[in-house]
Amino acid sequence: MRRRQFLVLSAASIGGVVVYSLDRRTSRIFAQEKSTQTLKIPLRFFTEEEALIVAAAAARIFPTDDSGPGAKEAGVVIYIDRQLGGPWGRDRFRYTQGPFDENAPREFGYQGKATPRETYRAGLATLKGFDKLSPEEQDKKLHEIENTHLFALLRQNAIEGMFSDPVHGGNVDMVGWQLVGFPGPRMSNRDDLTKHFGEAFRPKPISLEQAIGRKVRTAEDADQDSKS
Amino acid sequence: MKTLPSTDVLIIGSGWTGLLMAKELSGRTPLSITILERGRPRMAEYITGMDELEFFVRMHMMQDPSTDAIALRYNANERSRPVRQFGAFLPGTGVGGTGEHWGAVYPRLMPDCFEMYSKTVERYGKQKLPEDHSIQDWGITYDELEPYYARSEREVGISGKAGNLNGKKIEGGNVFEGWRSSEYPMPPTMVPYFPTLFGATAKSLGYHPFINATAIPSEEYTSPDGVTRPPCAFCGFCERTPCMIGAKAQPSSVYLPVVQKRKTVSLRTGVTVRRIIHEKGHEKGPNGGRARGVTYFDESGEEIFQPADLVILATYTLGNNHLLFLSGIGTPYDPSSGNGTLGKNLTHQLQFGVNVFMEKPLNRFMGAGGTGIRMADFDADVFDHSNVGFIRGGVIGATMTGVQPVSGFGELPRSLKVPRWGSAWKKASMEWYDRVANIGFGGEHIPYVGNYFDLDPTYKNPAGDPLLRMTINWRENERKLVEFMNSKMVEIGRAMGAKEVNPFPGYGNYDVTRYQSTHLQGGTIMAATPDRGVVNLHQQHWDISNLFVIGASTFPNSGAANPTPTILALTYRTADTLVDKYLKKPGMLA
Repeated sequence: MRRRQFLVLSAASIGGVVVYSLDRRTSRIFAQEKSTQTLKIPLRFFTEEEALIVAAAAARIFPTDDSGPGAKEAGVVIYIDRQLGGPWGRDRFRYTQGPFDENAPREFGYQGKATPRETYRAGLATLKGFDKLSPEEQDKKLHEIENTHLFALLRQNAIEGMFSDPVHGGNVDMVGWQLVGFPGPRMSNRDDLTKHFGEAFRPKPISLEQAIGRKVRTAEDADQDSKS
Repeated sequence: MKTLPSTDVLIIGSGWTGLLMAKELSGRTPLSITILERGRPRMAEYITGMDELEFFVRMHMMQDPSTDAIALRYNANERSRPVRQFGAFLPGTGVGGTGEHWGAVYPRLMPDCFEMYSKTVERYGKQKLPEDHSIQDWGITYDELEPYYARSEREVGISGKAGNLNGKKIEGGNVFEGWRSSEYPMPPTMVPYFPTLFGATAKSLGYHPFINATAIPSEEYTSPDGVTRPPCAFCGFCERTPCMIGAKAQPSSVYLPVVQKRKTVSLRTGVTVRRIIHEKGHEKGPNGGRARGVTYFDESGEEIFQPADLVILATYTLGNNHLLFLSGIGTPYDPSSGNGTLGKNLTHQLQFGVNVFMEKPLNRFMGAGGTGIRMADFDADVFDHSNVGFIRGGVIGATMTGVQPVSGFGELPRSLKVPRWGSAWKKASMEWYDRVANIGFGGEHIPYVGNYFDLDPTYKNPAGDPLLRMTINWRENERKLVEFMNSKMVEIGRAMGAKEVNPFPGYGNYDVTRYQSTHLQGGTIMAATPDRGVVNLHQQHWDISNLFVIGASTFPNSGAANPTPTILALTYRTADTLVDKYLKKPGMLA
C-alpha cells in the first residue's frame, strides 16, 4: 500500500471553489485552510512531484491567457490522476496480448505494451524539475518530447480534462464548456433546433449531476471502490 | 461439461436481428426460445449516457477488445497486427448490441445494388469491372425485398419523405430511390441550420437534396406492436450513446418491450458462445450437417452445453464469421484458388468528410442521428460512369448529430499555420469551434478477391482461441471514387459561402484509427448455389439446414446505404420463411 499522496494547490488559482473528491465522491468544497488559502487534494495515482509536473505541462498545452481560463483553473491534473487511477489507466479495455510491434505503421494505432500508467510514470521520471522551469523553458522541453507517446497522451488528456463533464474531476465549474459555449447535457433543444440560424445560441451550461439531480458514480470511482 | 435442458430455438446475440427473430417466432409459434448475449442487460436508465468521456471517448457501449479483439493486415503476404482499440468501426455489446448506439440513418439499398455484377456488365461491359473484383449478384432482388423494407419502416418507426411511390417521382423525397409501396410512417424531422444551408446550395447547383430518412421520431410514434416512443429532443447525445428518453429507435425500445412479455422467451446475459456444436452426415446429400446446440462460458467462466433444435446466429458481422470459423462450419475461402466460401467478400462501407469553415456560428450541440439533408445524384449507377475511372458511387450530405467538445475541439482551417498546442492553438480552436461542420459521404465498397476474413495464426483471446483476422485494404476504385466525390463536396462547400473548405486527404492504406463506419459486411454471404456463398437466399447455412445466419455478414457487397434497414428486411423475410415453410417441414429449403 503506497503512502497517501496529496497535491496542494493555491485556492486562488481555482477561484477558491473546486469540485474534487476526498471520499471518492464528487463534491464542491471551499478552501480548507483559510489562513493559507490552499487546497489539499488526495491523489490516486501520481506522487505530489509527478502531479506538479503534469499540472505545469497541462498549463502550457492548454494555457491560461487573455482568451480565458485553462488547464490550471479546470483542474486538468486532478482529471488525469483519476483516469490513471481508473480502468483506462491500467488498460482494462485494450487488447494487451503480445507480440507487440512498436514499429507498426501509424494506421494501426498505438501498438505498444506500456499502459497509460506505465507511460506516464516512466515519462515523468525524465521530466524531473519541469514545474520549476520558466514557461519558455517548459515550452522548449515540451517541443523536444512532442513526438513521444507521453506527449500524445498529455495533450489528449488535457483536452479531455478541459471539456469532460465535471463529474470526472476536470472542467471545474464548467470553465471549459464556457470557453466554447457548450451547454452540457441539455435535455431538450426541440424548441431551438430551427431557430437562431446564423446566431450563437448559448444556453447556460449544466452538468450531468445537475441535469439528473443526483450523484453519478463514474467508472473511475467504481474502480477505486472495488479495490478498497 | 454441464448440459442444460434443450431449447427449441437458440438465438446467439440480442441485437436488432436476434430480438426481431425472437419477437416474430414467439408471436407466431409456441416454441421455446433462448437468447444468449455476451454483454450486459440493458442499462437501468440511459440518462447517464449524456457523458461524452464515458460514452464517446471511452466507448462504454462497445465490444471490449481485451476479450474480443480482431487482427488486421493489408494483404496475404504480410503479418497481421491486433486492433488493440477499436477506431475505424465500433461494434457494440450488451442487450440491443450495436443498435443501441447507432446513428439511426435509415436508407434502403438502391435496387441495382443487389445486381451490381449484371447491371454493371450490361451497361459498360465486363472490362469496366476492376481486375481483382469478386462482385456477384445477391440472388434476390429489390422487388422481392420491398415489402419487408416497408414492414421494417413501420415497426421501427421511420421519419422521412418518399421520393418514389409506386414509380411516381415525388419532389422533396429522394427521386433516385427504388420504388416504395408506402410513404414513411412519420413526416421528416426538422432540419438544423448547417444542413439547411447545404440543402439550399445543393438545389441551386441543380442537385436533388432530400431530408434524410431516420429512425428518429419526428412526432410521438406507436408501432404496430403497440410500443410508443416520444418525439426526439435533439439533445445532441445520440451517436455512440443510447437515447436518454427512448426516442431514437433501438432494439431495446422497439423489439425488447414486446419480447419481454413473451413467456416462451428467455434472455441470458453475460454468456459468451464458444462453439456451435454440429455433426456431419445427418441428412442425405453432400452437405447434410446438423447443429446440436452451442457451448458457452457462463459468467463464472464455466463452459456449458446448451442443446437446441434450431440455431440462429445473429451477432455482428465479426461475431458471425468468428463463430463459424471456430466451430469448423463451412469451407474457408482461399483467395488464391477462389475455392471455399467462408470469409469471402469482406466489405466496409466508405465514409469520409470535407471540413467546411463558416463565417457564422452553427450551434452544433443540437441535433440527432442522421438529422439533415442528403443527395443521391452520385449514388450507385445514377450517373454515367463511362468517362470516370471507377464504378459505383454514394450519397453526399450534411447532418447535425450533435457535437461534443472533447471530440469537437481543435478542428482548424489548414491555411492557419498554428502549432498543435499552446496559446495560439487554444485561441484559434475556440474561434473556430462552432463554425466548422462537415459535408459527409457514404459510399459503396465493392468486394475483392483479396479482402476476406480468416483466423489469425498468432493472436489469441483469453480463452486461447485464435482471433478473427481481416485482410483488407483500399484499391484503385475506392481511391478514384473518393477523389471524385471529394471534389464535388468541395464545390458545394465553396458555394455555401464557406470561409475555407478543407478537402479530405484521400484514401491511403486502411486506417484502423480513423472512424469510418460500423458497417462491416460479408464473410458469410448469401448465394443461390453453395459454391458461391455460405448461406442460401433464406440465410440458411448451405451445409447445416438447422442453422441460420442473419445480419450484414450475408451481404455480398456493401451499398452506399447504411446496412440496418436491409439487415432487418432480410430478417423479416427469413422469419416468414421459418414460420411458413421451415418449421412445417424442417430441412434444406429450396
